[in-house]
Amino acid sequence: MDTNGATTSSAAGGGSTSTSDSSLLSKKNSKKPQYSRFTQQELPACKPILTPGLVITTFTIIGIIFIPIGLVSLSASEHVVEIVDRYDEGCVPPNYSNDKLAYIQSSRTNKSCTRTLSVPKLMKSPVFIYYELDNFYQNHRRYVKSRSDKQLRSKAYERETKNCDPQAVSLDAPIVPCGLIAWSLFNDTYGFFVKSKMLEVNKKNIAWDSDKEHKFGSDVYPKNFQTGGLIGGAKLNSTTPLSEQEDLIVWMRTAALPTFRKLYGRIEEDLQANEQITVVIQNHYNTYSFGGKKKLVLSTTSWIGGKNDFIGIAYITVGGLCLFLAVNFILLYVIKPRALGDPSYLSWNRSPAGNPN
Amino acid sequence: MKRFVYINDDESSQELYCDNRISNRKYTVLNFLPKNLWEQFSRFMNQYFLLIACLQLWSLITPVNPASTWGPLIFIFAVSASKEAWDDYNRYLSDKKANEKHIWVVRQGIRKHIQAQDIHVGNIVWLRENDEVPCDLVLIGTSDTQGLCYVETAALDGETDLKTRVIPSACMGMDFELLHKIKGVIECPNPDKDIRRFDANLRLFPPFIDNDLCPLTIKNTLLQSCYLRNTEWACGVAVYTGNETKLGMSRGIPEPKLTAMDAMIDKLTGAIFVFQIVVVMVLGIAGNVWKDTEARKQWYVLYPIEGPWYELLVIPLRFELLCSIMIPISIKVSLDLVKSLYAKFIDWDSEMIDQDTGIPSHATNTAISEDLGQVEYILTDKTGTLTENRMIFRRCCISGIFYGNESGDALKDVKLLNAVAGSSPDVVRFLTVMAICNTVIPIKSKTGAILYKAQSQDEDALVNAAARLHMVYVNKNANILEIRFNGSVIQYEVLETLEFTSDRKRMSVVVKDCQNGKIVLLSKGADEAILPYAYAGQQTRALVEAVEQYAQLGLRTLCLAWRELKEDEYQEWSLMFKEASSTLVDREWRIAEVCQRLEHDFEVLGVTAIEDRLQDGVPETIETLRKAGINFWMLTGDKQNTAIQIALSCNFISPEPKGQLLLIDGKTEGEVCRSLERVLLTMRITSSEPKDVAFVVDGWALEIALKHYRKAFTELAILSRTAICCRVTPSQKAQLVELLKSCDYRTLAIGDGGNDVRMIQQADIGVGISGREGLQAARAADYSIGKFRFLKRLILVHGRYSYNRTAFLSQYSFYKSLVICFIQIFFSFISGVSGTSLFNSVSLMAYNVFYTSVPVLVSVLDKDLSEGTVMQHPQILVYCQAGRLLNPSTFAGWFGRSLFHAIVVFVITIHAYAFEKSEMEELSMVALSGCIWLQAFVVALETNS
Repeated sequence: MDTNGATTSSAAGGGSTSTSDSSLLSKKNSKKPQYSRFTQQELPACKPILTPGLVITTFTIIGIIFIPIGLVSLSASEHVVEIVDRYDEGCVPPNYSNDKLAYIQSSRTNKSCTRTLSVPKLMKSPVFIYYELDNFYQNHRRYVKSRSDKQLRSKAYERETKNCDPQAVSLDAPIVPCGLIAWSLFNDTYGFFVKSKMLEVNKKNIAWDSDKEHKFGSDVYPKNFQTGGLIGGAKLNSTTPLSEQEDLIVWMRTAALPTFRKLYGRIEEDLQANEQITVVIQNHYNTYSFGGKKKLVLSTTSWIGGKNDFIGIAYITVGGLCLFLAVNFILLYVIKPRALGDPSYLSWNRSPAGNPN
Repeated sequence: MKRFVYINDDESSQELYCDNRISNRKYTVLNFLPKNLWEQFSRFMNQYFLLIACLQLWSLITPVNPASTWGPLIFIFAVSASKEAWDDYNRYLSDKKANEKHIWVVRQGIRKHIQAQDIHVGNIVWLRENDEVPCDLVLIGTSDTQGLCYVETAALDGETDLKTRVIPSACMGMDFELLHKIKGVIECPNPDKDIRRFDANLRLFPPFIDNDLCPLTIKNTLLQSCYLRNTEWACGVAVYTGNETKLGMSRGIPEPKLTAMDAMIDKLTGAIFVFQIVVVMVLGIAGNVWKDTEARKQWYVLYPIEGPWYELLVIPLRFELLCSIMIPISIKVSLDLVKSLYAKFIDWDSEMIDQDTGIPSHATNTAISEDLGQVEYILTDKTGTLTENRMIFRRCCISGIFYGNESGDALKDVKLLNAVAGSSPDVVRFLTVMAICNTVIPIKSKTGAILYKAQSQDEDALVNAAARLHMVYVNKNANILEIRFNGSVIQYEVLETLEFTSDRKRMSVVVKDCQNGKIVLLSKGADEAILPYAYAGQQTRALVEAVEQYAQLGLRTLCLAWRELKEDEYQEWSLMFKEASSTLVDREWRIAEVCQRLEHDFEVLGVTAIEDRLQDGVPETIETLRKAGINFWMLTGDKQNTAIQIALSCNFISPEPKGQLLLIDGKTEGEVCRSLERVLLTMRITSSEPKDVAFVVDGWALEIALKHYRKAFTELAILSRTAICCRVTPSQKAQLVELLKSCDYRTLAIGDGGNDVRMIQQADIGVGISGREGLQAARAADYSIGKFRFLKRLILVHGRYSYNRTAFLSQYSFYKSLVICFIQIFFSFISGVSGTSLFNSVSLMAYNVFYTSVPVLVSVLDKDLSEGTVMQHPQILVYCQAGRLLNPSTFAGWFGRSLFHAIVVFVITIHAYAFEKSEMEELSMVALSGCIWLQAFVVALETNS
């Protein structure tokens, strides 16, 4: 009752209060929708008009901001020192150069190989060691899906190997870790020597902490791994839990591109300029069957990460383009100005009226 | 073809016909799920989504979790199913309420209180005042001694005035007790939905006298859902029950209207589907080739040497699923949502509330708001649409003397008042016709004033005017009319009423003067329906002049006539009339023929002129909308001159010399043909000149033109921006709409009366004016508005905004899906064409729903230009009309945009990581957030406010 009265009086505008008509009035008014800015589509809005001034200012500001960012990123990228050495070809003895596949698949050949790298500039610690594979499709659908996150996480799900085909079970027992990814684990190893002194390679903390703590269980031990007929890549120490098998964890984070680098370890001392580094490579991993390259990369980092000129160039390009447009617009504005909001430019005013200019 | 209803026979007809259980339900509890699913899956889009969802269950090929498709799909289905279920449940409840209402029915000669659903055909049903009629009844008794009762038929036809119903003559004078025992048979047609016709016969059995057939018409019936008013009680025989009543038969779901935009979106969806198939084929073949050449070398993938038989299909199907999001599942939901909002905005608009009645505008059809912005032709009724339909008697011409020409109001003309006071015989006869030649019912209110309940506004105006001139129609008591004139009371007995039909264009009554026993025929009607039938030798020139003069002023004219009948002439004719009235086939036509035999040799008394004022803002509205490039056609039942005058006064056509009117007339085929060709020729010549050319055609010529020269007439219709069609029937109105629609024009029909209903239903958009001729048109229409001038706002503001918003929303929906899809396709090129999904299920779903579908809904409030600007420059509507915002080329623009954006996002994403540690999860997140930022930017850029 109370609310009814309130709406009646407010809707009637506090005007007529004749008693006989009040019921009729309220009935009529109740049909009327309540006024609000939403229902009348009158919500506040702002639309900047694209005046020449505004457009030119926007472009100039973007240009002025972007170009310095680009320059800074480019110089940061320039400061990163990187040594890349492709060794897949060089590590095959000359007598096998026609049949590299036989060399890599044979268990009797000597897989050791020595490479010498020279440091072009001072490399500040930490120096990151990567291996780079090329033409290797870690993102292939058959490959990417072939893992069992549940099994990796906890011992209880050991038998969860549904997605792992064709490396799910071996001799009726589940493989831990199952799947193609784990099965094809990278197994080249590197040893570094400077002036015949061995450089310490730190292989701790190369994987993500979240992976180690949550995704790979500390109670999951490799079991039945690489025991089948086909041997893929590296074997795992079955006494170490998966959460500490950091090489595996790194490998299991599949790369998105067919050319990718993965972290191998860190050298935690500075490398002087012009130093010669001798690398002893155990060349086991088969990339020869599909013609993929293998590279060893030593790199320092800066705030921008590794060596990457793309971001700097992209920023400079966009910034330059904006400045270029701004200048063009200014010229156009000065040479051939046009009145703003002139209705004679409207299409239906233009055709019959002849020429407004 | 016929049904025989045995009155009050408890045994025979029970099983033959259905009982009175009303059921409006579409589903039952058992068939709801299958039926509803079947209905939903009859749409192509839903079939597509179901197919995709089923394919996703195959884990070998699915790139994402099946839940990401099943979830939304089930949601959409659940929403529409529960909406249907809720509607159906409400229908069930209202049915139940109606079915369980208690009704007095005679059973075994005793009145019993039973539920409405147990009424059977043949039962006698008793009703009290203000009861709702539970089924179709033939009236057999009322509390009124004359056998009259009053009903309100608002629920049936929307007309709010009271109508009289009368018991058949055979049942006259039966008393209360007798009505319980009455026996007889009613012969009536099988159930149909015509609420204006009931051609049946009644024969009572002995001992109830009167063994001949007694004809029954709609006047003898009480139809379901009407209300009994002003009558203490009434009883009738149930003839149609349950869903077989006239109301039940006329119920039906009108075919859903599809907007031009929906059709375009469907077409574009089809194009995308084809594109998708092409992409899938190309990538599928590439994938298989790559697999056979490259992947076999990739030892770590461990492809088996021999795959299963379906191996070749696996990669194409994977790509099909990967690309399935090209057709976004969200588009249907978003569009339905915004469309219902558009409709709500129309309902809410405070500028479209009729100030007189306080009734807001209403969008009955919530799905076609965009079409309002694309209207090209408006076909409008005249009376009540352009004009107010508030008839005022202004002038008259009685036996050659013009009244009211000086003051513009005959009621104040001293000459006329003097003539009335002096009881000039011509004037008295004229006034008598004005007062009693009608179907008006006078009702005495408590204060003693007499109120007239009239079905037609013209009759109302005439009776009221007669009363002002001291010829007061006081009372109607069955067949006896009472008129008070200058203090004396005159009584007439009504013998027959020859009702008005739009074909005859006149109505007559045969009355007997109770004082001297003379029988007189009183007629009124359109000039061409009266003047040719004047007795030979009457000078009709003055009358013709009067008619023309009044029509020039835009007044509605009626000719009044009378003729004294000889007793035997009447008796002879009366028999024929009775026979015609009781025929079952072609009754209307037979009656018209019989009427024709009486209505001749008139003594034409004079002409009345009734003014019907233009509604507020009509000329401005028409001018604005014409500027917006909309063509107007006026379709009216009125006569040519009146129509032209109204057309001139509301900017419909321009006066000479700027405008030019071309007449198409002729009575024969040849004449019409020549006239048509001539007009067509002129039209072709002048089409280059900036001249307003309009053609005028009347109903007769139109009939011939449509029948024999359809092609020429169609060409004319395309050339002409304006047309006036007068003297047209409701079905011709609908035919004209059909004609324009067949030329691929978007039509809007606007009208207010029952005669506009067909045109309104036929047109792409029907607008009804909730006017004085009842609500029939407003009910049938997609939009109902209070005044004609709201049409401007409806089209320019609501229609235009709706079009713009939907154009953006639908194309954006495709665009955002395409962006993601293109990225997936690009990624497949660097993942060995194996169909790997870059994005995981959760990201895809979140992207499709939260990041894109929801934010873009702000566009329902988007305004590219302010309402004021649009109203000032209505030409801007051309953009909507021509569909410039949603067509294959704009869509191609969006398509290109999505391709470009996908390339930018993809290139930046893969390069930003260089070759260092580019992990799938990271890359997918970077690409996704790139897309999301881009979407936010695009929406911000594209919305205009």
